[in-house]
Amino acid sequence: MDNDRIDQIIDKHHGAASSLIQVMLEIQSEHHWLPKESLKRVSQKLQVPLTQILHIATFYKAFSLVPKGRHQVHVCVGTACHVRGASRILDTLQELIKIKPGETDLDLNYSLETVNCVGCCALGPVMEIDGKTYGKMTPTETIDILKNYD
Amino acid sequence: MPQINSSEALEKFRQELLTKNDADTPCISICAGAGCIASGAGEVITAFKAEIEKQGLQAGVNTKETGCPGFCERGPVVVIYPEEICYLQVKPEDVAEIVTKTIKEKKVVERLVYCDSLTAEKAPLESDIPFYKNQKRNLLGSNIKIDPKSIEDYLVLDGYSALSKVLTQMSAESVVEEIKLSNLRGRGGGGFPAGRKWEGTRNAPEPVKYVIVNADEGDPGAFMDRALLEGNPHSILEGLIIGAYAIGSHEGFIYVRQEYPLAVENINLAIIQAQEYGFLGKNILGSGFDFKVSVHQGAGAFVCGESTALMTAIEGRVGEPRPKYIRSNIKGLWDKPSVLNNVETWANVPLIINKGAEWFTQFGTEGSSGTKIFALVGKINNTGLVEVPMGITLRDIIYKIGGGIPDGKKFKAVQTGGPSGGCIPESLLDLAVDFDELSKAGSMMGSGGMIVMDEDTCMVDVARYFMEFLADESCGKCVPCREGTRQMLKILTNITEGRGKEGDIELLEELSEVAKEAALCALGKSAPNSFLSTLRYFRDEYEAHIKDKRCPALSCKELINFYIDPEKCQACGACLKKCPADAIIGGKKLIHIVDQDKCTKCGTCFEVCPTKFSAVTKLSGEPVPAPVPEAERTVVKKDKK
Amino acid sequence: MSEILLEIDGKEVKAKAGMTILDAAKSVGISIPTLCHHEALEPFGSCRLCSVEVDVRGRTSLVAACVYPVANNILVKTRSAKIDRIRKIILELYLAHAPDSFVLQDLAKEYGADKDRFEKEASFCIHCGLCVRYCNEVKQKNAVGFVDRGGRKEICFIPEIAAKECWDCKECFPLCPTEALQAAYVLSQALFTAPPE
Repeated sequence: MDNDRIDQIIDKHHGAASSLIQVMLEIQSEHHWLPKESLKRVSQKLQVPLTQILHIATFYKAFSLVPKGRHQVHVCVGTACHVRGASRILDTLQELIKIKPGETDLDLNYSLETVNCVGCCALGPVMEIDGKTYGKMTPTETIDILKNYD
Repeated sequence: MPQINSSEALEKFRQELLTKNDADTPCISICAGAGCIASGAGEVITAFKAEIEKQGLQAGVNTKETGCPGFCERGPVVVIYPEEICYLQVKPEDVAEIVTKTIKEKKVVERLVYCDSLTAEKAPLESDIPFYKNQKRNLLGSNIKIDPKSIEDYLVLDGYSALSKVLTQMSAESVVEEIKLSNLRGRGGGGFPAGRKWEGTRNAPEPVKYVIVNADEGDPGAFMDRALLEGNPHSILEGLIIGAYAIGSHEGFIYVRQEYPLAVENINLAIIQAQEYGFLGKNILGSGFDFKVSVHQGAGAFVCGESTALMTAIEGRVGEPRPKYIRSNIKGLWDKPSVLNNVETWANVPLIINKGAEWFTQFGTEGSSGTKIFALVGKINNTGLVEVPMGITLRDIIYKIGGGIPDGKKFKAVQTGGPSGGCIPESLLDLAVDFDELSKAGSMMGSGGMIVMDEDTCMVDVARYFMEFLADESCGKCVPCREGTRQMLKILTNITEGRGKEGDIELLEELSEVAKEAALCALGKSAPNSFLSTLRYFRDEYEAHIKDKRCPALSCKELINFYIDPEKCQACGACLKKCPADAIIGGKKLIHIVDQDKCTKCGTCFEVCPTKFSAVTKLSGEPVPAPVPEAERTVVKKDKK
Repeated sequence: MSEILLEIDGKEVKAKAGMTILDAAKSVGISIPTLCHHEALEPFGSCRLCSVEVDVRGRTSLVAACVYPVANNILVKTRSAKIDRIRKIILELYLAHAPDSFVLQDLAKEYGADKDRFEKEASFCIHCGLCVRYCNEVKQKNAVGFVDRGGRKEICFIPEIAAKECWDCKECFPLCPTEALQAAYVLSQALFTAPPE
């Protein structure tokens, strides 16, 4: 991401040091990950130590310091979904894509994440791919749906 | 739109809107909350708009995309006004029939209305549906009538009249008094009296004060705040502005978790509209009171729902909680006096101002007045949001409103209070739900998550699940939580995987004491709760796992084996076809056998075996019988009697 | 500054507003064990070893002495069966990370902590934060910080800054209660990946 765009985002938040997390969220959302160069730029412009920025980038689940895959696969492991068998959906996906939650496959096709409740508990177990929600999942349906995202 | 700058101008504008709004014009309200959208409401909305155009009815029929009314199990939900006919599980294919029969011919489409599963009684009107009838929907009732993206819908329903009353007729002190009299207690989990919190901040000798909305709703299984913030964002804004006036604050923050993109969108839009119409900014309604508010998104950390961690996050730092020795209503955000309250707490404020503290206290119990929204989820027939007066029994919530446990299974426990809460067994189902009663039973109200569990749920696994959640979400600053939850998780995982040993329960109890007493914040202090409450009511399950390596609920993968009963198997082949691990040996007319070495315990065979055979069983704590010798595997066909 | 009167272990103590229980106890020669506390740094409240019982108007709770402000008429106990039990387990949890630490071993003897109670952990770090806070508050170089959260939390040196500053400094090493074993490991990793000058 080029420095001009980063500066634009920072200026939108009036360059306030307390807007750090909001600035990082925008960069993450536009670029899908946080390259170290952009973090250094943010550190420079907001006058915040790089250690603080790195702590934030690793503390909060929304951020990624590595490039993500083309498709974001999220499995809700909230209590309601868990009680309805979310772990089986997660196991199925891990078997299929051969990665664990938090990882991206080597071809950068899929990134798998667990989410702690998306608020659609009536539809548990819930899986989200690229923002689209799929409810009442079973392991066989999971395999079928993932085929659409080749 | 010129700004409304006096209460007279507001009432005049409201009257104009009411006259414009003909209550008899047919209106099709479709729930556009996140749950119904995930069930396909988006396609239903598009279908309605297309059908109305096709039939040339645009002039006389309105469509409205509304907030969540709570009956999520039966979404997409559609309500037709003015009759208030409620259609459930509506699909795009149903739309043409609804428009023709209900809008044009004023007839009900019977197959789409609520039908009771036991009595087969139908309830076409929204107000007759038992799920809604037994609730007291002071807050949620408006959601189906409002398009959250329209401030005028809110004004039509008396929106901002409480703010107008406060700014023109009440002193700041009297507002605080009214909230104190109402005994409104925090709906986020702490249950602290809001009026007392406000009073403390009002009296703090500091010119700069803040008000904060906690919309971080991190408890898994809880989505009350999502429905309120998505569905009726102005109600929270109005409550917040009233609170700010009462304590003397001119700046507010709304902290919303980024996992709720629709709520973020709707509250941002509401703020822009409120500013346009003059309810935010300088000299609100000509009163001389200034107030501005901004939205901060969370970035994916449960601990940021804790009030001091939330404030630290707004300051742009990692969400590490601070010790509460100096209360945050005295020294909070940037060390200034700050009132932080939950979304539902703020939403109650305009109601209390308009209808009075006395009205509010007529609901609920002496210690807990008003209503509470619960997210009733899990093994329950009617999953969704329920708003009930405090003091209602758990039994009424689960059976009268929730419709009981699906598939004829037996109720086992209900978990309240999220990861910090505990499980309540059947023997306590007649407990009156309020802050104090739930704490006495070893649980807590929490933010309102209510997860129902049945006989197939393993309580040791429930404790392990919550411990895993908390160990992952721990901020890591203090050792009782960081190391304590990790060690407890290790032990609980060992127990569920058959490696439990004597002394495990005692060690868990020791670690629980350390966390409860010495942890820095409420996350750590309440981390042992799910273990302690499941131990209190379900100790036999722990002992079965440890001593007999048996899971009584037949749930823990490492402790169960799938076994096909040779007496019942009719060689239909369903399990062999579906087994993802090729672990079933069988053939035509041959009794099928599960190869225990290959079996991954996914449970597919158990699910696909036809009910009339029910040949697949789960065994735990006993050796699997040796497979029937090959020569004897021919199926004996059952005689048709 | 106004005077505050409180009681610590039965002794009447005069303290000034703004002091913590730890300061007040020290002023009368009562010692409370600490790990993450340092004179030159802001109190951190993370090791919880300084937990003491405080009775405020009849209600007792356990608090961290290094951050709890003194107040009139509070009764403080720095040792009790409960406090000792809790300090013992906290030490055992630390010893799983750094069983050879001299500081921890001395405390373990006093509280009867068993270094083998819990399985050994891979990281030596006990998260007292002394190195991070010293570099941030005293040296103001911010060469080392924390990353991640919960059990995955670690200290991490920024390669570029470390390459410039740490060779000639390393003042954080003697502060470390675990002989700077983790810091040395992590620092050498960082220097290995630092871009060439």
